[in-house]
Amino acid sequence: MTANGLIQIALFSAIVLLVTRPLGGYMTRVFNGDYVFLTPILRPIEMLFYKLAGVDEKDDQHWLRYGGAMLMFSVAGFALLYAILRLQGYLPFNPQGFGAVEPMLAFNTAISFVTNTNWQNYGGETTLSYFTQMAGLTVHNFVSAATGIALAMAFIRGFSRASAKGLGNFWVDLTRCSLYVLLPVSIVVGLFFIWQGMPQTLGAYVNATTIEGAHQTIAVGPVASQEVIKMFGTNGGGFFNANSTHPFENPNAITNLVQMVLIFAIGAALTNVFGRMVKNEWQGWALFGTMSVLFLVGALIAYHFEAAGNPNITALGVDQAASALQAGGNMEGKDVRFGIANSALFATVTTDASCGAVNAWHDSFTPLAGLVPLVNMELGEIIFGGVGSGLYGMLLFAIVAVFIAGLMVGRTPEYVGKKIEGYDVKMTALAIIILPFSILGFTALASSLPFGVSSIANAGPHGFSEILYGFSSTTANNGSAFGGLTGNTPFYNITLGLAMAIGRFGMIVPMLAVAGSLGRKKLVASSVGTFPTDSGLFVAILTAVILIVGGLTFFPALSLGPIVEHFSMIHGTLY
Amino acid sequence: MLKDIRPAIVLLALFTLLLGLAYPLGMTRVAGALFPHQAEGSLIEKNGIVIGSEIIGQTFTGEKYFHGRPSATTGTDDKGNSIALPNNAANSMGSNLGPTNKALIERIKNEVEKLKAENPNAAIPVDMVTTSASGFDPDITPAAALFQMPRVAKARNLDPAKVEALINQFTKPRTLGIIGEPAVNVLKLNMALDSEAVK
Repeated sequence: MTANGLIQIALFSAIVLLVTRPLGGYMTRVFNGDYVFLTPILRPIEMLFYKLAGVDEKDDQHWLRYGGAMLMFSVAGFALLYAILRLQGYLPFNPQGFGAVEPMLAFNTAISFVTNTNWQNYGGETTLSYFTQMAGLTVHNFVSAATGIALAMAFIRGFSRASAKGLGNFWVDLTRCSLYVLLPVSIVVGLFFIWQGMPQTLGAYVNATTIEGAHQTIAVGPVASQEVIKMFGTNGGGFFNANSTHPFENPNAITNLVQMVLIFAIGAALTNVFGRMVKNEWQGWALFGTMSVLFLVGALIAYHFEAAGNPNITALGVDQAASALQAGGNMEGKDVRFGIANSALFATVTTDASCGAVNAWHDSFTPLAGLVPLVNMELGEIIFGGVGSGLYGMLLFAIVAVFIAGLMVGRTPEYVGKKIEGYDVKMTALAIIILPFSILGFTALASSLPFGVSSIANAGPHGFSEILYGFSSTTANNGSAFGGLTGNTPFYNITLGLAMAIGRFGMIVPMLAVAGSLGRKKLVASSVGTFPTDSGLFVAILTAVILIVGGLTFFPALSLGPIVEHFSMIHGTLY
Repeated sequence: MLKDIRPAIVLLALFTLLLGLAYPLGMTRVAGALFPHQAEGSLIEKNGIVIGSEIIGQTFTGEKYFHGRPSATTGTDDKGNSIALPNNAANSMGSNLGPTNKALIERIKNEVEKLKAENPNAAIPVDMVTTSASGFDPDITPAAALFQMPRVAKARNLDPAKVEALINQFTKPRTLGIIGEPAVNVLKLNMALDSEAVK
């Protein structure tokens, strides 16, 4: 680790901290329907959308109806995306003449983008037309993100409202989020990205004759417009196969920094929205603090082990030491402009959130650095997290934390003025258990079946890590990969697709049930016996609960993968 | 429940029109007006022929050129079989080899032997023996450029000090002195060498 590397991590953290409160304030006003500076431009469009769709803004939805609307929208989105993928050969903006996407792959891809996972079993530049990228994938980059944020708003209203039947209106939350939050930022930052070198063209791939006279085909496309929402909506599905390692998706260190900030921005801001809505911003900062602790620990672990490099490469006489002339460290699967610190940081950020974009290949990370993204996903991506899903995931853990604290002192637990009772805790447990159930269940299945094992690219414990990573990433709706795993097989297209759907909707339904239950309750005034959830002690308890729950559940599986591999690497055992 | 079917379908259609067509097509128009060079892929032309993109690595094999990093990209041959095709900018990918994979260590061993023959006195910078993430990293580290400097100077009959000065000139430092890592753009450096030769 170098001083400069640590300064870069600190700089990134400081920017996220600075963004949190202003964006949180803006989003609170948007979702409350208050006036913001964009209202004069966007309000007429918003009203037109409601009119055409037959939406009554004042219609307050019960949690079941809110969830039903969300499911219906997801099903419609899945059907349309599947159709576009299958029919792209007949659709416009297809200069490379790509034909229909195979049915299994189309199924997997459609689920992948509807659930905000953006796992990719295909290479973008070798499979998809510009029409599919724009009208198919870019649209879901927006609306799957808006769906997640809408759900988080519904959950927050469960805490902030008293004796209320409804949680808000899904259609209104979805529309406001897309129009007022996601689109304006995408336009502004998208133009910045183009200025910095990202292509935005409908022209065909470029045929170049290199200086030495060789032929080189250079894939281009409408990249920037998709790239910005890929990050801001924590989607992570690259325009190209190589994702944000590709110089066209991530031209330089500044675009890299902006991309990482975009990944965390909404997740961080939502903690502030929560604080504002429950009328105590410190409640939000307590969640922000917990997330920051977990983020920094992960980033430093990943950075440390990547900077240390691979001893088996050092043994061959290769210089992996950092100096003024090179970043050093484990450079397999990394690009020079990012080096070690920014690659390790990006890997931590993209898996803390449910983004899944990569600027280096996690499969080639040293074992314990590769463990960090795995653990981040297995904790449920609550460290700033996916847009929306990170906050409601963290709030579910907060409920568990106050429940445990309540057991210790023998009082009915309360959280931000709501009594947490048996039903709430049961539903919370259900929402949390879905994750290990799907990850470990599918991993066990795939590891024991011949067509599960035949897809792995690296032998030994690393092969097991590839499978574990695949199901962790899809269940948690991340979408990054240990890319060696060949996912485009019937077995993996189906099982990974199911894992994505289970991970998304299996968690949302009990979460909404908790929100509905909490919303119906009265607000209780805090008393001397109330455990203060805006304190440092709460941050410590919440962090411990997250690590104990996640750690106990996944430690055995992690031991078989990255931990065994780490000791193999040190002892020079190769596979 | 049934009354939510209409908004599901209508809003999806409206969002597809706004976010899937109007937004990207509008961005394309604006980009074409404001930043036409970047929007087309930062292409470099020489005598009317596109020779590559400023920010996409390309393959150099000649002694008189600086070489980019190893690449794991593949292409297809005439029969449709997958073959190694380094710096294939139409099929981006990394090696995805894990740190304890025999194939990785063997590959690096071979690279090391070749490089030791070229410059036996210097330590081998790690970026010269590891495949890049994109498969066409446009850059090498200053260490890798300096490692290759004697070979290039000899092949071109140039004063090594002059080549080193060019390397320094084309080393892009960290942005604001803090962000990113120092990098040398291989294509730009090689083009500068060629125009140096013409002078």
